[in-house]
Amino acid sequence: MNKARIATTWLDGCSGCHMSLLDIDERLVELAEQIELVYSPLVDTLDFPEAVDIALVEGAVGNEDDLKKLQLIRKQSRLLVALGDCAVTANVPAMRNAFKLEEVLRHVYTATASSQLQLPKEEVPPLRDRVRPLHAYVEVDLFLPGCPPPSEAIFFLLSELLAGRIPDLSAKSRFGA
Amino acid sequence: MNHSPASRNSQENTPPPRILTLQIDGQDLSGRADETILEIARQNKIHIPTLCRLDGLSGHGGCRLCLVEISGQNRPVPACLTYPQEGMVISTASQRLQDYRRKILELLFSERNHVCAVCVSNGHCELQELAVELGLSHVRYEYLHPRLEVDGSHARFIRDPNRCVLCLRCVRVCAEVEGAHTWDVMGRGISSRVITDLNQAWGSSQSCTACGKCVQVCPTGALSEKGTSVAEMIKHRHFLPQLLAMRTNRRE
Amino acid sequence: MTLKHKDLQQIAAAEEQRQQGFQHRIHVCQAAGCLSCGSREVQESLEQVVADRELEQEVQVKGVGCLGLCSAGPLVAVASADRLYQGCAPTDAGSIVDGLTSTAKTDADGAGTLPFFSKQHKIVLENCGSIDPERIEEYIAAEGYAALYTVLREMTPAEVIEEITRAGLRGRGGAGYPTGLKWSTVAKALRQTRYVICNADEGDPGAFMDRSVLESDPHRVLEGIAIAAYALGAAQGFIYVRAEYPLAVKRLRKAIAQAERLGILGKNICNSGFSFDLQLRLGAGAFVCGEETALIASIEGLPGKPRPRPPYPAESGLKGCPTLINNVETFANIAPIIRRGSDWFAAIGTEKSKGTKVFALAGRVCRTGLIEVPMGTSLTEIVFEIGGGIPDQGRFKAVQTGGPSGGCIPEQYLHMGVDYESLAQVGSIMGSGGMIVMDQSSCMVDVARFFMEFCMSESCGKCVPCRVGTTQLHALLSKITQGRATPGDLATMEELCDLVKNTSLCGLGQTAANPVLSTLRYFRDEYRAHIDNQRCPAHHCSMATTRERP
Repeated sequence: MNKARIATTWLDGCSGCHMSLLDIDERLVELAEQIELVYSPLVDTLDFPEAVDIALVEGAVGNEDDLKKLQLIRKQSRLLVALGDCAVTANVPAMRNAFKLEEVLRHVYTATASSQLQLPKEEVPPLRDRVRPLHAYVEVDLFLPGCPPPSEAIFFLLSELLAGRIPDLSAKSRFGA
Repeated sequence: MNHSPASRNSQENTPPPRILTLQIDGQDLSGRADETILEIARQNKIHIPTLCRLDGLSGHGGCRLCLVEISGQNRPVPACLTYPQEGMVISTASQRLQDYRRKILELLFSERNHVCAVCVSNGHCELQELAVELGLSHVRYEYLHPRLEVDGSHARFIRDPNRCVLCLRCVRVCAEVEGAHTWDVMGRGISSRVITDLNQAWGSSQSCTACGKCVQVCPTGALSEKGTSVAEMIKHRHFLPQLLAMRTNRRE
Repeated sequence: MTLKHKDLQQIAAAEEQRQQGFQHRIHVCQAAGCLSCGSREVQESLEQVVADRELEQEVQVKGVGCLGLCSAGPLVAVASADRLYQGCAPTDAGSIVDGLTSTAKTDADGAGTLPFFSKQHKIVLENCGSIDPERIEEYIAAEGYAALYTVLREMTPAEVIEEITRAGLRGRGGAGYPTGLKWSTVAKALRQTRYVICNADEGDPGAFMDRSVLESDPHRVLEGIAIAAYALGAAQGFIYVRAEYPLAVKRLRKAIAQAERLGILGKNICNSGFSFDLQLRLGAGAFVCGEETALIASIEGLPGKPRPRPPYPAESGLKGCPTLINNVETFANIAPIIRRGSDWFAAIGTEKSKGTKVFALAGRVCRTGLIEVPMGTSLTEIVFEIGGGIPDQGRFKAVQTGGPSGGCIPEQYLHMGVDYESLAQVGSIMGSGGMIVMDQSSCMVDVARFFMEFCMSESCGKCVPCRVGTTQLHALLSKITQGRATPGDLATMEELCDLVKNTSLCGLGQTAANPVLSTLRYFRDEYRAHIDNQRCPAHHCSMATTRERP
């Protein structure tokens, strides 16, 4: 049997959803037999590979880099899962949307910083005006809300997908969970 | 706020309410003519989602989640404010209604800043529960992300308009039960804001009795007790029917 | 005092005599449109010239209500010579007075034969532009209050309702509900305390029918309200008029005071035993207060927010009592129907829509103004004959009727006769009478966006679909006009339209999507061009921006 090619990544988020993924604990071993983790913050691959079966994306789209990554992921994956509230609703990262970007940067990098009072210019991707969820930019196949989604729900999602079923996630997690 | 139709019982020489037969979701039921469709449905264990509705307060009809279909009428009607007629055939859970309810919920989530993850009411919030109940996995409409100031001026309570759904339970409980009428609505449309007194800080309100009824009836984290952190604000709504029952008993 | 029929006749005769005493009668429009471009100064200048030449005995200069051709104001009509001077300045006064005695033909001659006037049929506006709205005597001389007198002395309330029902009059506020039926519903209500309310909270963008009637002939509305009150047994009535109409308010106040002084309003009117007290209530300009339940809440001193119907106001309205609410134009039709009979009225118009309709003709049309035509008059006649067509060799594109609740009607329906049914059939509504003509320079998406912005800012905020739905629709329409929308946005928009239409609490929300739906129906290509090619076919929208957020 061919192993399913799985990719995971984080955009504008806290990596908590990945922690929850790891909290699947010993059943990860079970899953590992059926999957090949082709790309993830947890592995060394640098470039997002082609022909991915399932991509789990954590985090919202907050900067230009996030958007480029997301578009590439969408292009190269069969199923795209928005993993967690940041990916689904933009959640906490979007709390800056009520403010002007310039205000936010000034507040963080000069008003409240204690050293190196300057706005970052080089080597960091420029922030976008507004933080938005994944589906604001690309088609998303499955939404798993939660902050983070319970590991039980992530396990259910993966095992259903691996069994060739589209899971009904409605009772498995909720916004903020 | 309460300008619902003049109470049906107060009209001169009204005969006792008639008992009608009607059908809800295929079930043949009977109900009193002065009970709303929502009340009759609940008596018969037929669940209709609601948000602005709260037993003990006047009907509002603003959230539109309790919309039901009446055979022969194209436009759905709010079950909380619609009275039955003999032979009415009502449907409460058609695909169309469920779609409408989900979209209305999406609109509500898009309107303010409902960041469940960091909300005092996370896990005890009626809006959040409705999202689960109606199977809302994501919001397709653009979030509006308004910029709204939190009012922490009151000694015991906090008002966070970011979580407000404008159900006006606070306005109604304050005017109708507490009798203080501290709360009201300012502005209109998307700029509507629930305010204390004449839009003064809650802490400086002359009319507020600090009874906390508004906090307890608030379905979300818009009104909370000071000192509660994420997910710690648990509301106690049972006080309202108890209080009203006690008042009725005393009167009789 | 008790007014008798002969008193009315005496007032009329005296007034006629007064008018006959003048050889020449000069009417200067003093309605809001002409006032805004200086007609008061024109009148003062005319009065000065007449005084300087000592012609006060021969020449009457008087201010009148709307003369109709608002685009050409300030207007001065020489009523004694069928002459209409357009675009007058105070300095024209001398030559206008000179012209009175000269036989030389001028451009102003033969105004009555202009298609703008000759195609019209005036019932509601019959006195507009010919009587001084601030003098009750002139209204009485024009058969005013004769109908009220007849009703009070010779007809039972049931007969009055029957007459109105037989006339086939339908509500002029927009929905076209049969007036007779509405009256009889209120009359049948169990509770004895009843109210009559005149809805003068006109608020559609571009609409000024009611304002013009109130400014030009307020007594006609009072008479209609009083007749309705008699027919329903109402002892009290209210005119709910928006405070943004100060001139209408002033003239209504004056008219009510005059009518009370003569015993036409108040206690024991015309010794009939019927008493009726009529009061003004000013609205603060919230569009939603034109919705009847919101209007009632506002009169009661509550926030102007609607409540679900039923119960309808006819059953439970003001203070829980049976209440009749009709619009200004509806009431303005009542007296002529009583005076001339229901058969006369029913012979005008189409089978299902009787009588005439007043329209405020505006937009890209040569002659804008206030017009009144029989129901069933075609859009071609209205736009091209009365309105004189599109200026600057423009090409007709659509006509918007019904304001923010209405829709846009494209060229292919120009031949269509205008009545309640035909407009509904093509996806618009009669509405209160706003009619905005658009040419090729109008972008239909932007038109829809404009009306959605209006609904969004006028939504009361009580129900979620209207409060947030109109906001989201406006955002989507803005996205389209800025060339930032995707085909998915179009689908989202259509589905939101359906939601807002079917789940909103009151008429404002339920009809807010109409401008979008009707433009989508006839001009979907324009939407597609904005979305697929970032191109505005009307060259109206600027598509330069690709920013994330406006």
